[in-house]
Amino acid sequence: MTTASSADHPTRRDFLYVATGAVAAVGAAATVWPLVSQMNPDASTIAAGAPIEVDLTPIAEGQDIKVFWRGKPIYISHRTKKQIEEARKVPVASLPDPQSDESRVKAGHDQWLVVIGICTHLGCIPIAHEGAYDGFFCPCHGSVYDTSGRIRQGPAPSNLPVPPYTFVSDTKIQIG
Amino acid sequence: MSGPSDFQPTNPALKWIERRLPIMGLMHSSFVAYPTPRNLNYWWTFGAILSLMLGVQILTGVILAMHYTPHADMAFKSVELIVRDVNYGWLLRNIHASGASMFFFAVYIHMFRGLYYGSYKEPREVLWILGVIIYLLMMATGFMGYVLPWGQMSFWGATVITNLFSAVPYFGESIVTLLWGGYAVGNPTLNRFFSLHYLLPFVIAGVVVLHVWALHVAGQNNPAGVEAKTEKDTVPFTPYATIKDMFGVSCFLLFYAWFIFYMPNYLGDPENYIPANPAVTPPHIVPEWYYLPFYAILRSIPNKLAGVVAMFGAIVVLAFLPWLDNAKTRSSKYRPLAKQFFWVFVAVCIGLGYLGAQPPEGIYVIVGRILTVLYFAYFLILLPLLSRIEKPRPVPNSIADDVLAKSGGKAAPMVSSVIALMVAAGLLLGGVDSARAAEGGNKPPAQKWSFSGPFGKFDRGAVQRGLKVYKEVCSSCHGLSFVAFRNLAEAGGPGYSVAQAAAFASEYKVKDGPNDQGEMFERPGRPADYFPSPFPNEQAARAANGGAFPPDLSLITKARSYGRGFPLFLIDFFTQYQEQGPDYVAAVLQGYEEKPPAGFNLPEGSFYNRYFPGHSIKMPKPLSDGQVTFDDGSPATVAQYAKDVTTFLMWAAEPHMEARKQLGLQVFVFLILLTVLLYFTKKKVWANAH
Ligand code: FES
Repeated sequence: MTTASSADHPTRRDFLYVATGAVAAVGAAATVWPLVSQMNPDASTIAAGAPIEVDLTPIAEGQDIKVFWRGKPIYISHRTKKQIEEARKVPVASLPDPQSDESRVKAGHDQWLVVIGICTHLGCIPIAHEGAYDGFFCPCHGSVYDTSGRIRQGPAPSNLPVPPYTFVSDTKIQIG
Repeated sequence: MSGPSDFQPTNPALKWIERRLPIMGLMHSSFVAYPTPRNLNYWWTFGAILSLMLGVQILTGVILAMHYTPHADMAFKSVELIVRDVNYGWLLRNIHASGASMFFFAVYIHMFRGLYYGSYKEPREVLWILGVIIYLLMMATGFMGYVLPWGQMSFWGATVITNLFSAVPYFGESIVTLLWGGYAVGNPTLNRFFSLHYLLPFVIAGVVVLHVWALHVAGQNNPAGVEAKTEKDTVPFTPYATIKDMFGVSCFLLFYAWFIFYMPNYLGDPENYIPANPAVTPPHIVPEWYYLPFYAILRSIPNKLAGVVAMFGAIVVLAFLPWLDNAKTRSSKYRPLAKQFFWVFVAVCIGLGYLGAQPPEGIYVIVGRILTVLYFAYFLILLPLLSRIEKPRPVPNSIADDVLAKSGGKAAPMVSSVIALMVAAGLLLGGVDSARAAEGGNKPPAQKWSFSGPFGKFDRGAVQRGLKVYKEVCSSCHGLSFVAFRNLAEAGGPGYSVAQAAAFASEYKVKDGPNDQGEMFERPGRPADYFPSPFPNEQAARAANGGAFPPDLSLITKARSYGRGFPLFLIDFFTQYQEQGPDYVAAVLQGYEEKPPAGFNLPEGSFYNRYFPGHSIKMPKPLSDGQVTFDDGSPATVAQYAKDVTTFLMWAAEPHMEARKQLGLQVFVFLILLTVLLYFTKKKVWANAH
């Protein structure tokens, strides 16, 4: 576009240039949208992320299983009395990410801990039943979680998240 | 001409960079200050159009590669998943697939323009040869790209083209095995083609840089064919050429968008919607339209090696053009004989293209041979001869003189050649179409479909009724494996709610597993599941159906077609008629006859159908009146069933059709506005130059 505007109708000509440029810019911007949007999960991936049901009967006290939901490992632990007590004994205020054990399990199903098994530091999978707190231990950079999946030591900033889930019956949960 | 630039940035940071890497000066001298002849016509905008197409193909190609699986068992499915599930996947695929055709369309115009105006002559020989190299690379890239969807035409195209190399004496077989990475075209072939298809466009981009470099050294040719001498002969590239190119590009995009949004399958072969099958060759192996002239040359010569040599020779001869044509006058405008023969040559090329799509028999072979001789005669005899005997008309003294000489009336030849080109292209495509028509079987009657035309929408009631017909009748033999239950609740479909789709899914038993005991088990279907197929594998399906394999119906309305005949086929392009598949499916469902006509020999276990190619079909008459009852009171007749189930299957084949047409309308409104604005801007800018 030229800078000099001719003597006759300078405004009309400038308007034409600006309008053309603006329309072209809008078109370019709108073109970018599909090119970016295609990176999001596709419809089949989203559909495959539907809720799953897990039967709890085979998990004995003191044991835990790992299931996958939306590509993420979910730990389901059947906690012992001792483990529950340990989790509830510690003063909540003293924790790095203060959360009570009660708020991390479903009332009446206190023995079941369901957490997403992904370390909140940088995404490794912590090992169950290891570490100083009998909870989880992440081998990558040494984060230690307690029997409620709360962070106690190491570089991880927050507790293991609890996925959305409900008890369909006493022995069955639905995750998602 | 792009000497050292006097461009100096004022910003200190930019200055700092410029002193160390004078990239802004390079850009400025190449694309801003670069003097461009002031008499260039719109044929010269195809250079810019081609750059755009290369960019579009690379961009969409890189994106498609993020979702595509280069494996013989999964490639076809992954392409369908792109189209059905990836956000805007259908759009990206349409852009890329019709983009290949647009790219070739533009390159042919670019090449013919060079031929007409003598753009290959001294001092532009290297520029021209680089162009021929780009064209060869494009052909290789286009061919390998066409193999990737792994449909029937992909597979058999790959087989035929790679077998060209078996003509090489002594080493032929080993070369072909080397190309395949196996004993036949298979997974290793697909993998390497994918790798090369990704690589070659970047090689093209590299050669394009050389091409542009050579162009900027020699300067652009122009319609007068005389070199620019003074300031008066040229205008700066920006804004003059830039705005003109942008207007040209915008017009081209309108044409391109017509294919993307309204005619995405117009240039494609329906066979390619059938997954590759190494056991069955399609009745007509036809390459993509842009290879047809060379394919015709290949087939014209009755000797394998000679045919292959001639085919490659037809392209290689282009590289020698600067030395075959010795005439001093560049532009054919001033060469009365060369001008006429140029158009004869164009006609020969189009004629060869037409023949390339015809069955290689009878008169087609004879005409093909004549045209092949004419093709080579043009380069090897006519052009060298003309440069000796032809008396050219005087050329203008300078470009400025040329511009002054013709004020007004210069649009006329441009418009008439565009029309001539359109008709020629139509002839070529019509040729492809009539090859299909020759397959036998009556022409199905063209029906009125709710989903046809630019504003077409699926009739929800018909899709729902069609689903019922499919479920109660067709599904006992035919699968629908690319359609998931969740699709029933998606926009643009039968219009069910999510809960209705889930309930529909739960009526099906779906195989899942293995469970903790390692066993497979059955459970009720979920929305994410796909329609289960009636048979576990092809062998079981054949065993249960007297040796015939009932095809999967997911893509049947796109995988079937019939020839529409020459004028109709052209008209279809403008009326957006794309419903040959649905016409055919509906016609076959209603085309059964109790008794074959006298003299027709019906094989045991077959049935007579008016519309099935060859008339003898293995599927017994599937529909009869009263078989399915509709809740909405629609008539329980075969005609109604056929129409409804076809509508349903069209939706199954293209679930995003409504989105495509809606977005198409928006894009067209936008592009027309942009084109009009660019036209006036261009006029304003050029007003300063005259
Ligand atoms: S990822 Fe677990 S401690 Fe770093």
